[in-house]
Amino acid sequence: MIKIWSIKKDNSSAEKKKSKISAAQIRVQKDLTELALPDTMQMSFPDESDLLNFNLSITPDEGFYRGGVFKFTFNINNNYPHDPPKVRCTQKIYHPNIDLEGNVCLNILREDWKPVLNLNSVLVGLQYLFLEPNPEDPLNKEAAEEMRNNRKNFEYNVKQSMKGKDVKGVYFENVLS
Amino acid sequence: MMAATLMQTDVPTPEDSDSSKKVWPGRWSHINKILDRRGPFCDKSFSPGHGEDILLNQCRVLVIGAGGLGCEILKNLALSGFKDIEVIDMDTIDVSNLNRQFLFRPADVGSPKAKVAAEFIMKRVAGVKVSYYHGKIQDKDDDYYLGFHLIICGLDSVEARRWINATLVNIAQDDPERIRVLIDGGTEGFKGQARVIIPTVTSCYECSLDMLNKQTAFPICTIANTPRLPEHCIEWASVIQWPKEREGEKMDTDDPTHIQWLYDVALKRAMEFNITGVTYSLTQGVVKNIIPAIASTNAIIAAACCNEAFKIVTTSQPYLNNYMMYIGNEGVYTYTFEHQKKDDCPVCGNQSAFLDVDKEITVEDFIELLKEKPTIQLKKPSLTTDTNEKIYWQSPPFFEQRTRPNLEKRLSELVKDSGTIIVTDSTLPISLNVTVSYV
Repeated sequence: MIKIWSIKKDNSSAEKKKSKISAAQIRVQKDLTELALPDTMQMSFPDESDLLNFNLSITPDEGFYRGGVFKFTFNINNNYPHDPPKVRCTQKIYHPNIDLEGNVCLNILREDWKPVLNLNSVLVGLQYLFLEPNPEDPLNKEAAEEMRNNRKNFEYNVKQSMKGKDVKGVYFENVLS
Repeated sequence: MMAATLMQTDVPTPEDSDSSKKVWPGRWSHINKILDRRGPFCDKSFSPGHGEDILLNQCRVLVIGAGGLGCEILKNLALSGFKDIEVIDMDTIDVSNLNRQFLFRPADVGSPKAKVAAEFIMKRVAGVKVSYYHGKIQDKDDDYYLGFHLIICGLDSVEARRWINATLVNIAQDDPERIRVLIDGGTEGFKGQARVIIPTVTSCYECSLDMLNKQTAFPICTIANTPRLPEHCIEWASVIQWPKEREGEKMDTDDPTHIQWLYDVALKRAMEFNITGVTYSLTQGVVKNIIPAIASTNAIIAAACCNEAFKIVTTSQPYLNNYMMYIGNEGVYTYTFEHQKKDDCPVCGNQSAFLDVDKEITVEDFIELLKEKPTIQLKKPSLTTDTNEKIYWQSPPFFEQRTRPNLEKRLSELVKDSGTIIVTDSTLPISLNVTVSYV
């Protein structure tokens, strides 16, 4: 029978030590510890030993959504980075790319996800959604139409919704705090 | 009659002379043609005439998966002389398996695949012992996997492959004698691949993760607003309507009532948008991400895997180095190449270092050491113990604040002598495992 170990190259510098942590976890650890979080973003971990589930809040400092605090949950499965993180907005907000259930339309969260992307790419993507909502790929059609046709009105609607008031009969969550 | 009943229900011991008596004439003739004489490609260690002994008495093989590939693999192994086989599968037999998973019969529907497959092989091929485990591969520990010479996978999930790969690489990490060869087969419609993974020597499964086909995902805005395909309607039902209308309820794609609900919702949506083609089976296919399995692709890939197993174990021929691709809808040519190890592979690419440090050293000084030491030279290292306790993390601020008090502690309070620290840093491809000895 073959002695497999005889094929192992004699290479002592390549010596390795085992660890019990899964590949997905090590990758998440790498992503997290290298994050350069801007002042407009905060992360919290409800269970500190669980790196795969956490919350993010974004406080845009410019654009339509300036002054609001927007909350998201991140859920990463053990197939990361093969599978993208699942991201949901926990508040009911008025945004062309986020529907009333909290689904987020961001290409890199679905069809354009690649394992070379990381948590930082997702955070940048989310931040960008608040600076430059994209009415061409809408998830909330009414908001997108408003933004396309009447920017002034859209801006007003955003301000109203952020105060917890209604836009055309739909009430939103107060995100000013 | 007695013996036959016994074989169906029990695992006979290797000494069970009853079953080996039934070995048919010429059982070994085709195998001995290869193993009784040297050939130009034999390994140095090959010695003619011992094949039967190696296959029968020395080699234990583990087959993971008793599905489409697994049935073929088990049959091939048994008929090419392997005698001591174990099979693991967590599934039970479904009626839709019967067209290609030929070890199962209609009466077996609902029974564990591993059990039925093991019993069928033992009944059919005399002298072969197949034991089974009906459960998850994650239930078994390192010692279990070390008990085999060879592991052949016929799996349908990326997650399970990543797990077994990481486990075998970990086992082999410190000691080359603990290397267990992994042969991985996979099929998807007309396409298939077979590869030989020698943990820590060749590239591993994780190294090739970026070669995987992307799962088809549609932009969520298309699903929500401008559906054009029946698949869009089904995704709408499962991604958007399910969480909305059945909030808090977990979707089970194996539950026919759930599929029916999704089908009804998708069909209604399709009619609204004048889209045709939403069917029950398409709904099932989309939500379970089913790609039609083709029996002949399974047969080809399983044959390739078992051929490699035979060559590796007997050393009668050089084995595959290390990746074979088969694309049956394009032609019969199979492309073989050496997939390269990746430096930044999170499973086999972790670098390691051994450091002697003062037992009084603080965490803060240790971090400085990691930055200054010429052979390491990190920028902003974050440290975790091998039991997953955070020592000090540079980011995010949430954890930086939590772990900052540790900076003043002695390292020896957090990491025991010859313990390992997992270090991540932007300058590292993935991570560095530092083993410390206190002096």
